[in-house]
Amino acid sequence: MTARSRVSRRGLLGGGAAAAGVAGAFAAGRIAAPDPAKVAAPTASYPFHGERQAGIVTPAQDRLHFVALDVTTEDRDELIALLKAWTEAAARMTSGESAGPVGAVDGPGNAPPDDTGEALDLPPSRLTITFGFGPGLFVDADGKDRFGIADRRPEALEQLPKFSADVLDPARSDGDICIQACADDPQVAVHAIRNLVRIGFGTTAVRWSQLGFGRTSTTSTSQSTPRNLFGFKDGTANIKAEEREALDEHVWVGAGDDPKAAWLAGGSYLVTRRINMTIEVWDRQSLESQEQFVGRTKGTGAPLSGGEEMSDPDFSMQGSAGPIIPVDSHVRVVHPETNDGVRILRRGYNFVDGSNDVGGLDAGLFFIAYLRDPRTHFIPLQRAMSKSDALMEYLRFTGQALFAVPPGTGRGEYVGQALFA
Amino acid sequence: MRKTPIAARTLVASVTALAVVPMLAACTENASSGEDGKKGGDARTLSVGSSADACELSATKAPAGTLSFDVTNTGSDVTEFYLLGADGLRIVGEVENIGPNLTKKLTVNAPEGDYFTACKPGMVGEGIRAPFTVTHSEQEQQVSASDQELIDQAQANYRAYVQDQSAQLLEKTKEFVQLYEGGKDDEARGLYPVAREHWERIETVAESFGDLDPKTDAREADVDFAAGEKWAGWHRIEKDLWPQGAKGYTALKPAERTTYGDDLLANVTELDKRIQATGPDALTYPIDAIANGSIGLLEEVANGKITGEEEAWSHTDLWDFQANVDGARVAYEGVQGLLEAKDPALAEELTAKFDALQAVLDQYRDGDGFVLYTALEPADTKKMTDAVNALSEPLSKLTAAVTS
Repeated sequence: MTARSRVSRRGLLGGGAAAAGVAGAFAAGRIAAPDPAKVAAPTASYPFHGERQAGIVTPAQDRLHFVALDVTTEDRDELIALLKAWTEAAARMTSGESAGPVGAVDGPGNAPPDDTGEALDLPPSRLTITFGFGPGLFVDADGKDRFGIADRRPEALEQLPKFSADVLDPARSDGDICIQACADDPQVAVHAIRNLVRIGFGTTAVRWSQLGFGRTSTTSTSQSTPRNLFGFKDGTANIKAEEREALDEHVWVGAGDDPKAAWLAGGSYLVTRRINMTIEVWDRQSLESQEQFVGRTKGTGAPLSGGEEMSDPDFSMQGSAGPIIPVDSHVRVVHPETNDGVRILRRGYNFVDGSNDVGGLDAGLFFIAYLRDPRTHFIPLQRAMSKSDALMEYLRFTGQALFAVPPGTGRGEYVGQALFA
Repeated sequence: MRKTPIAARTLVASVTALAVVPMLAACTENASSGEDGKKGGDARTLSVGSSADACELSATKAPAGTLSFDVTNTGSDVTEFYLLGADGLRIVGEVENIGPNLTKKLTVNAPEGDYFTACKPGMVGEGIRAPFTVTHSEQEQQVSASDQELIDQAQANYRAYVQDQSAQLLEKTKEFVQLYEGGKDDEARGLYPVAREHWERIETVAESFGDLDPKTDAREADVDFAAGEKWAGWHRIEKDLWPQGAKGYTALKPAERTTYGDDLLANVTELDKRIQATGPDALTYPIDAIANGSIGLLEEVANGKITGEEEAWSHTDLWDFQANVDGARVAYEGVQGLLEAKDPALAEELTAKFDALQAVLDQYRDGDGFVLYTALEPADTKKMTDAVNALSEPLSKLTAAVTS
């Protein structure tokens, strides 16, 4: 319909131009040195287009809807057409517009609207939409080259191994394509995934999805450290958007990392793990035990070796019965110092999917990490954790997946274009 | 006994084939004219203010093509808006039930010519009329004589299909009731899903009779026994024929069987009578109803069949599934000629997705029928759901596409 009659979510904000200005400043700032003051400003929207995909180092929003899809077509052109349609819809929705050009209420009365409408009247809510490609997109279970891109499959993009003590549910694992939608408002994130899934019907089918309601990591120095469902501060030592060198070293795939997969340079790998916490059992542990499992105090988040939240843990400091930070404490097992200096960028969310069949919370942490190479940056870390982390007693890993996340999409391009070029 | 549905399918196919051939021939002439018709400029977007005593249009003429009227009711009564032909009788397009202070849109494809517009505040009388002119345009999307022909054919063919299925439903129901009342349970069980196929193929029409549907097709879970509602019809008898899944079930006595059997037959007979009616009582199948029927049957699949809720005792849900798809496909093919003229890409997509869904269903055939729902794993129903979703999403655009 005409622009005159279109209901724009951003338009309803009343501050559309100002919001765009802030977003623009942020985008520019990301390429040059970021100005924390600007990053910290209440940014209404992030642009979809850019050098990197938004939703990785973007200051973590409060809400998540994540979906993993299977591609059901074997037709390369259909897949590309879908990626184009998704790109267009994602760019519209992140800027606060409807999913389709007509919108939720301006179309003909006898046709379903091209936007589902539940985000009408809501601001863009800093929505980011991030796409990733799973191993199955390149070759199927029988080793068949599905879309003529098998020779471009990144060497590191293989199904993750099963780690000890995993109880993975195949119905909550893997997938050919993933879409991560993060926003400050859950309705905006759900709206984004719902509409993208709808656009994909016939070409893709949902394999699993996950809602997250409280960020459990900090991706910017402008943010305070949140708490996970164990009540502890989480992600204190996470890589921050402002640490450009660390990002290049640990998060972004380098230009020469994988000559076969040059399309992935500037992108990243995305690992998800659905981690159920045995909440009720945890809650019965003494405060002292809880702190020993984690290696930090529950109150301030300071390492047990003393100081404040951001103080470096001193693993050599001795207590009355061995190291004051126990050798099997979480902070120690996953610390870069005990893992060849490896760091990852975490972007996880708390989840509660109601209650399980024995009345316990079906709850935990939906772990999301972005990293340069799963073989060096995730698998050894997870092995160490599975083997010796005291927290494992209270965790059940119920799903996992690995995706290659292409770099950002320029104007006039579609998501993953370099892979299909 | 099981040979009959195949014969029925053949009959349906031949009816459809007859319908499609002239349609395709007719619509190739104007297949190229509709490309940009939908993207009319502002001259094709008009606003209408309908008050208690006025009908104000933003313009009294527009270039031929797809016109859209945003009709705002500024009065306090419910109003309607019509675009009428030069004779003031033929309705080119209408939008009804516009409440006070609300706006509704009428999208209509109008060729060059003279028209009347009419607002009808209070929905009475002949309305506040004014002449309206549609001028020549390069972009004109023709609602040509051949389009009208396609519409007429689609309506006639769909009516024939519904009548044919209804007649077969009545035949099979008679046979079924006879077997059931006569205590020939094995044979009755064999005929049950076969007879019901005819019901399921025209389910959207059958359901439109709000008095008959609950008496005929209610599931036990739908009945409010506490409020004194009685349960009868197909599924009541189904439970009696397949009591294994019911705890502590008491089989119906011969006299009760006769009561339920006769009642089912009476209701199906009444349904058939209404469907076969001629003259002023004849049912009509406007083109949007046919398209909506196709959409509706797929909804039936997504809501009841794919979940195994429909045939809770016999588990013959896949027969119903196939029959719903049959009916949806026939309805779609009835309007396919029109669609090919207006949105060839959508037509191509729908045909491909119908084929893909059928290919999935065919994997579950067993002899002349299908495997039972209880033989399906979650992975199977997921595969079916994916195929239904893949078809339903584009199918939901059918009505708007064929009526634009």
